[in-house]
Amino acid sequence: MRYIFKTHHRQDLQLFRDGFEASWFLLLGAALLVAPFVLGNYALSLLSFIFIYSIVGFGLMLLTGFTGQMSLGHAAFFAVGAYTEAVLQARGWPFVASAPSAILLAAAAGIVIGLPALRLTGIYLAIATMSFNFIVEEALARWESVTGGNAGMAVPRIKLVTESLPAGVPMYMLCLVCVVAVGLVVRNLLRSPSGRAFIAIRDSEVSAQSMGVNLAYYKTRSFAISAGITGLAGALYAHQIKFLGPDQFTLLVSVEFLMMVVIGGMGSLHGAVLGAVFMIGLPELISRVKVLLPSAIADQTGLNAVVFGVLTVLFVLFEPLGLFGRWVKIRTWFSLFPAYRKGMFKRQKSYAKSERLA
Amino acid sequence: MDFFKVENISKRFGGLTAVDKVSFEVSKGEIFTIIGPNGAGKTTIFNLISLIYPLSGGRIMLDGQDLTGMASHRVGAAGVGRTFQNIELFEHATVLQNLLVGCHTHVRTNLVSEMLFLPGLRRKEVELRERVETVIDFLNLQSVRDSLVNGLPYGVRKVVELGRALCMQPKLLLLDEPSSGLNTEETDDMAFWIHDIRDQLGITVLMVEHDMGLVSRVSDRVLAVAEGRPLALGTPAEVQSHPAVMTAYLGK
Repeated sequence: MRYIFKTHHRQDLQLFRDGFEASWFLLLGAALLVAPFVLGNYALSLLSFIFIYSIVGFGLMLLTGFTGQMSLGHAAFFAVGAYTEAVLQARGWPFVASAPSAILLAAAAGIVIGLPALRLTGIYLAIATMSFNFIVEEALARWESVTGGNAGMAVPRIKLVTESLPAGVPMYMLCLVCVVAVGLVVRNLLRSPSGRAFIAIRDSEVSAQSMGVNLAYYKTRSFAISAGITGLAGALYAHQIKFLGPDQFTLLVSVEFLMMVVIGGMGSLHGAVLGAVFMIGLPELISRVKVLLPSAIADQTGLNAVVFGVLTVLFVLFEPLGLFGRWVKIRTWFSLFPAYRKGMFKRQKSYAKSERLA
Repeated sequence: MDFFKVENISKRFGGLTAVDKVSFEVSKGEIFTIIGPNGAGKTTIFNLISLIYPLSGGRIMLDGQDLTGMASHRVGAAGVGRTFQNIELFEHATVLQNLLVGCHTHVRTNLVSEMLFLPGLRRKEVELRERVETVIDFLNLQSVRDSLVNGLPYGVRKVVELGRALCMQPKLLLLDEPSSGLNTEETDDMAFWIHDIRDQLGITVLMVEHDMGLVSRVSDRVLAVAEGRPLALGTPAEVQSHPAVMTAYLGK
């Protein structure tokens, strides 16, 4: 067990808890930098997808995990980012200009969809965001002159500033840079007054308001930032997948994103990344295991969906804090050995809340 | 001129009049208590003063400022801090974070400096923590500074909530049943703190309380309400022996 004795307020504001934690992150960073020289193309593209999903995870975690606003419409922000990027790159815009445009456009969409959030909560907000997803999906299919409709559109090779980048390692590096940058931005936000206001809104709107938090302003802000981040992920996704069609941005994808943050662990940034690893890694694992299974099971359609569904149910039932929650327990077990008790993480009885204000 | 003045405030929920033309004045540095049986409208009066409910009629003045019709998130900056009857803390945050949210009205930042955590913001955050530390010292919360609220016992949460309200540096502090759910020892502590808040920090206290022992120990004046209407106003002893108050509590 390590105790951290704080002697200055700066220690509260550090990016990492202590040198020990920092060194783990350095190690991870080094491993990811070395990866392109060790891993093959397929593994690299899997890693790039994990980075892209992690960015979405950061965005959605900020909104759902930290501000407490449910969204079933993140595939729509993802689509706005992806199509903006594809269309602008096709017109010769470089990434340094098209990606910010994708972010801004997605953020604007986030503000628009955030407006009903000022009046709706919980399941009703989920329904409102879900219908937004349907609208965007439909618009992508119908607006043929720009999006190519249901036939889809090919995405040109990525142009960073002037030159087109080859696929593979440069794309991997770009995704890595983006995921680190977004992670830092979100982490910074969360240790700032805005981040605390988000958490305050999540835990008690009425007292947040009494503390001077403008609910409408901060909810809209959270929606905008979350959507903008998801838009950036969409822009990267467009180049990584090289072909866009409306069927890549269905409600199912929104649900997948939400599953990702739930399985990863609500209310932690680590959870967003762990969830992304899980979402990309599991189908991969299933396809590896499949060949070992008898064909009566292996050839069933919807094997992936069943495994995902069962795992999600199990997580919600037995590990509501997700993969990160599980990791914290394992870590605590080791650091307290042999004093760990089973009931240590039992959820506390919650006390009656004041009447909610309609 | 009076420091805090409530003039004929009313609140109607449909056909139900929860608060009916209540007026009172609180002078600076006073500890003023509102008592009354359950459902008398005490908490509604608090929610009206902290502007959580819009007024159906009347006026609220604090230190020469008209609070009537102000947006509810501005009331903190206007100088009103409050606690809640059933504790409304930010459960999944640490005590420190809760207290820092209390300072929210005293920070001005912009999104860019927050995203990049620029040095100016870092200095500001250290400053805020120094301020929060004085409240932590005042209420002896050092041992739970970095604990999550949802793991704390009820009595400590009550104190954290008081601390969060103090971090707002209010002119007027509204305490909604500060002793509910506390044992006698914790209630004693609360009585000391309420005195200290007035004497050392110079904050005027307006509270709703059921524990008559605590009420008579700390209050300068007491207002009794029943069914949304004021019954009696005076020192704790006067109000306790007022015939209308005895009828309201005990029946005829």
